[in-house]
Amino acid sequence: MDLPVWQALYTELAPRNFVVITVAMDSGGTADASQWIEAAAPTHPSLIDVQHRVAELYNWVNVPSVAWIDEAGHIVRPNDPGFAGEYFRAMMEPGFDFRKMTAEYQRHQERYLAAVRDWVERGPACPYVLTLEQVRTRLAGPNPDHARAAAYFRLGTHLQQHGRADAAQAAFAQAKALRPESWNYKRQAWHLEEAGKSGGPEFWEAVKALGDKPYYPRSEL
Amino acid sequence: MADMAITLLTEDADTSLPAQVIGEDLWLAAPELERATGWKLTRDGFCRGSLCIPIPSGHEAEFVRADGRMNLAALARQRGQALVHDAAGTVWALDASTSARSTARTSLEAPDFTLPDLSGRLHSLHEHRGKKILLASWASW
Repeated sequence: MDLPVWQALYTELAPRNFVVITVAMDSGGTADASQWIEAAAPTHPSLIDVQHRVAELYNWVNVPSVAWIDEAGHIVRPNDPGFAGEYFRAMMEPGFDFRKMTAEYQRHQERYLAAVRDWVERGPACPYVLTLEQVRTRLAGPNPDHARAAAYFRLGTHLQQHGRADAAQAAFAQAKALRPESWNYKRQAWHLEEAGKSGGPEFWEAVKALGDKPYYPRSEL
Repeated sequence: MADMAITLLTEDADTSLPAQVIGEDLWLAAPELERATGWKLTRDGFCRGSLCIPIPSGHEAEFVRADGRMNLAALARQRGQALVHDAAGTVWALDASTSARSTARTSLEAPDFTLPDLSGRLHSLHEHRGKKILLASWASW
């Protein structure tokens, strides 16, 4: 899980005028998110987003997603997958080597945290701060389908909270159809339908169906 | 036609109110429209704060009826705002995040939000202005 890593980074860099804000994309609310947050004992703001509103605002279709925001409130590096990477996909392949995946995860994590430290140290001179055009490209859209998908997802979370699980799934199905690239929509809906389904056979089938396409947006660190 | 009780979901609130649902149209009395969305009809069209949306000439009947009822669906279409509903037409959701995302793409200002932590205490992004912020998502699923 990422929370302990973000908390450690916050502890390290907080004296440098830096803050981490983590947001749980959990329509199940505290019932789903609390055990992870309690385990990480965050002293940074660790928030719960039942409607996935932050994902809508920042054009995030997956977890983890990360944005860097400077002192003036400008986005300087949106839509990173953090230290997540495609390496998890090897889990379903024959001869999968768990140690190799762990090493790859560690490598990604060290490289990403080093990039954050460099940004905190050097600000705009950090090479990982993107140009205005690069930032705009990563914030692509929105288009009318995104808007309808967001409205359907909002509808679905409300119906779910009010005990109308079937109607909620119908609304989530609309959101998923309008924005098929959103793993957040897919996996959240699966999870609400049945615990464990978000990482079950349907998930792995969908990952496999990507073929050569990436699961996460490219980090380009 | 009789009113039915609907729930309208906006960015800020869930509002229960009486409405007439006719196909994809949602007809509200003026006070209900203003209470739930902040929009009211003036000489300049539908206005909220300093923003006004003129009613296109020749299309008045799609927006306002003789009995004073106003069609939120027509206003949403005119604004390019998504409005969707469940199969029963009892719950309607108005997208608000997408316009904020469009604005952010132009200004590159990080869109603000307010969310609770585990204890229910609310936090807003803007409270951290003046610091570098790393904003990261995760999920239990």
